[in-house]
Amino acid sequence: MMLTRRIAVLTIATLSVAMLDACKKKPEPAPIPAAAPPRGPNADSAAEAERARIAAENARRAAERRRQDSIDAANRERDAMTRDAATLRATLTATVHFDFDQSDLRPDDKSLLDAKIPILQANTSVMIRVSGHTDERGSDEYNLALGQRRAAAAKAYLVQHGIAESRIETISYGEERPSAQGSDEGAWAQNRRAEFEITAGGQTLRKP
Amino acid sequence: MRFNHVALCAATALAAGVVKTAAAQDTTFRGVMISGAYDPLRDKIGIALLPVGGAYGDSIRAIVSRDMDYSDRFLVINIDSAEPAALRGQGNAAGLNYPLFSRLNATGVVQITAVPTGLHVSLHDVGREQVINVGEFPLPSTGLSRDWRLAVHRVSDEVERWMTGQRGIAATRIAYMRGNSIRIVDSDGAAEITVPTEPEAGSPAWNSTGSMITYTTFGTSARVLVIDLSTGRSRAVIGPTRNTLYLTPIFAGNGASLIYARGGETGSDLFSIGLNGGSPQQLTAGRGTENSNPTLSPDGRRIVFVSGRKGPPELYIMDSDGTDVSTLTDYDFSPKTYRSDPDWSPDGRLVAYQERINDRFQIRTFRVAGGTPKLLTNEGENEQPSWAPDARHLVFTSTRTGVRQLWVLDTESNRVRQLTKSGGSRLASWSARLAEQ
Repeated sequence: MMLTRRIAVLTIATLSVAMLDACKKKPEPAPIPAAAPPRGPNADSAAEAERARIAAENARRAAERRRQDSIDAANRERDAMTRDAATLRATLTATVHFDFDQSDLRPDDKSLLDAKIPILQANTSVMIRVSGHTDERGSDEYNLALGQRRAAAAKAYLVQHGIAESRIETISYGEERPSAQGSDEGAWAQNRRAEFEITAGGQTLRKP
Repeated sequence: MRFNHVALCAATALAAGVVKTAAAQDTTFRGVMISGAYDPLRDKIGIALLPVGGAYGDSIRAIVSRDMDYSDRFLVINIDSAEPAALRGQGNAAGLNYPLFSRLNATGVVQITAVPTGLHVSLHDVGREQVINVGEFPLPSTGLSRDWRLAVHRVSDEVERWMTGQRGIAATRIAYMRGNSIRIVDSDGAAEITVPTEPEAGSPAWNSTGSMITYTTFGTSARVLVIDLSTGRSRAVIGPTRNTLYLTPIFAGNGASLIYARGGETGSDLFSIGLNGGSPQQLTAGRGTENSNPTLSPDGRRIVFVSGRKGPPELYIMDSDGTDVSTLTDYDFSPKTYRSDPDWSPDGRLVAYQERINDRFQIRTFRVAGGTPKLLTNEGENEQPSWAPDARHLVFTSTRTGVRQLWVLDTESNRVRQLTKSGGSRLASWSARLAEQ
């Protein structure tokens, strides 16, 4: 009877582990039920064989669990990296804004640019393109020149802080590509900007 | 433009030998039906156009009539239909019924006849009751084609020269931007085409014969190009250049070179370069500011351009080698404001430009020899003036109908007409008089 009880305890233990597991992830097949002890002259050796079989099976399941746990951990790490990469990408491509007819960097622009510098330093294969834009006021053609100067101002700041000149391309779209429609200061303020685009090396961004 | 039915009917009633025709809604009188702009208060020359026979006769008459009207020098009296006897002079087989035309207030009568090689044109002087000029004008065989229309425009320009001593501007075209493509349209707003340029084009400007246009491409491929309009082929004179912006190229040196603005990491400056390349010569030293929009004096010796070197964009003038720079429009008692997009008139007297007034651009002209600038527009926002070869008409961009369109202004009468019909048209450049192809 002792034997039967031990088997029952083991079975319950296995079951509860399985149930705990089931809470975490996809259900596993139900554990193998302990066979009723055979009656007869060879009952002891049969019980011994059964114990060994169950032990082996449980070891196999534990190994499977460890493997799954390690996959889960790797996936969590990957998700975190993806989240980090999205954050890094957002920081790297954050737009800076300018005052009317100006290409001087404002304090808020500088802090946005400061945040880009360590990411560029940690990811030396990343190349970026800075495009300068203006609001709709002003001469169409003079605005192209102003857009170019805004892009150049943002680039110059990054170069002064140690980013290689060759990694940053500057272009201007003047007033051709507004980000906000409308003819009021709200729209104009959004449109006076320099945008940042990753042109190479953006697939795997490392945290600084 | 308005019809003065009363005056015309009264005049016609007095004309002798005119037969009554079927009633029409338009001005109708005996044997002759006319329409046209008649305004006795305007100091314009009355000119009558006789019906034109033969293939495309109505189109020829309509084009010439519109050209004469758009010249802003003539009051056009269209003889829409007439019984030959009503127009014929008495006794003189070749003559016209000059008393009739005199009563219609016509000084001249244009008689266009189709001949095998094209058109034969006679100009009658109503006062002297005789033909004072004739001309033969070749016409391309493909009726209504662009070349054919240009040939008809030349008839208008020559008649205008016969009448006033000055050639008209009908046989010209206007290049402009819509979106990022260059369009070309006849001076009367017809026959528009899209020029097959490289992508992301901008800043079109003609050469002095109208055979080529220089333009830039911006965005990811910055170049200065020249397109030969007879082949449709573009050729890069400079670029593509990284981290650079090219804009506002113009032809200089009798078409042998270009002057353009190059923007880089440190502002933009004006340069000149030979049409076949070579090393560019820097003309301005803007030291980190914007310098753009060059326009040449007709003798090619002076350049007016825009610079932000002392604050808001302002017009400057210098010698064509970049020396002797001074402000042009920083005139006394005027507040500093935004002035740009200058265009030197073909007669050398005036520079047209845009100035911000009450937060909107308006067009002004400035007498280069000194003097008070003149304001030409006030309705909507008006920008980017470009002179016609007569130094009298300007094409410009205006929002007066709500969207950007090109308009033509007669700077003498202040009459305006809308040139384009599609919104977003801008950056016009008026060609020289176009030579025979």
